[in-house]
Amino acid sequence: MTLDEIFPRVKTQLVDALGADEDDVKLTSRLQADLNAESIDFLDIVFRLEREFGLKIDRNELFPESIFQGDPKLIQNGVLTADGLDELRTKMPYADIAKFEKNPKFELIGDLFTVELITKYIQSKLNQKV
Amino acid sequence: MRWVWIDRFTAFEPGKSATATKCLSHAEDHFAEHFPGFPVMPAPLILEGLAQTGGILVGEVNQFREKVVLAKIPFAKFTGEAMAGEQLTYKTDILDLKKEGAVVRGTVHCGTRLIAEAEIFFAHLDHSRSAQVFGDQNFVFSGELQHLLGLAKLAAAKTPELPAAAG
Repeated sequence: MTLDEIFPRVKTQLVDALGADEDDVKLTSRLQADLNAESIDFLDIVFRLEREFGLKIDRNELFPESIFQGDPKLIQNGVLTADGLDELRTKMPYADIAKFEKNPKFELIGDLFTVELITKYIQSKLNQKV
Repeated sequence: MRWVWIDRFTAFEPGKSATATKCLSHAEDHFAEHFPGFPVMPAPLILEGLAQTGGILVGEVNQFREKVVLAKIPFAKFTGEAMAGEQLTYKTDILDLKKEGAVVRGTVHCGTRLIAEAEIFFAHLDHSRSAQVFGDQNFVFSGELQHLLGLAKLAAAKTPELPAAAG
């Protein structure tokens, strides 16, 4: 299934979960900064995606919560180290790290959770299922 | 006033569905101010009754060992009013039930009129986290609400089906 086929279905679920306007849900939209998602919404989104696509989704795989655990090898002075960025690539393979790594502040990690990340994750899961 | 917004369960299928009723009395405090001369039940209280019905349904699955909190109401629609002297019927079905939480869909009828429908998202809190947030008290499953379910089970044991409430 292509991203173009998956995106409208993801969009419908996000509109229902977040009460967002359809026009506001784009691939580049950030769940928190643009669509006002709160922590409980992430669980709601996981449940809805599972129902919509018939998948089993590990919440921590799609939305990892504690990647760094304050490890100084991974994060120093609020900025991710090279090892930290590698860890991020491993834990969030669907995220667009390229832009983030130019200014890898820990406080900006939330911006990696985009509609595109969800769509790519679903595509990967559906491919594994086949 | 006690925070119990259902009177009795009339049907209960563990892990699947529950139905409860609530008779509205003019003696209830909220009717005095909502509204003077036009006593209709406040919509949030109607929703609370539905959430109590659904919350007990979800909590019963794990025999109330986990704390269940009303985390979110993604959808609610109100299409009618309920006045003193009328009876509400809360019907809830589990749409999704997982380790982390559950989703319930429900309807509220006043007599035969559909007056509300909603989707309610409950989160399961693990014990350490819930103790931090809420202390030891389990406010969702107060003794009184569990008592209502106990009464319903007793009624079910005596009769093949839970008796439907008159209304």
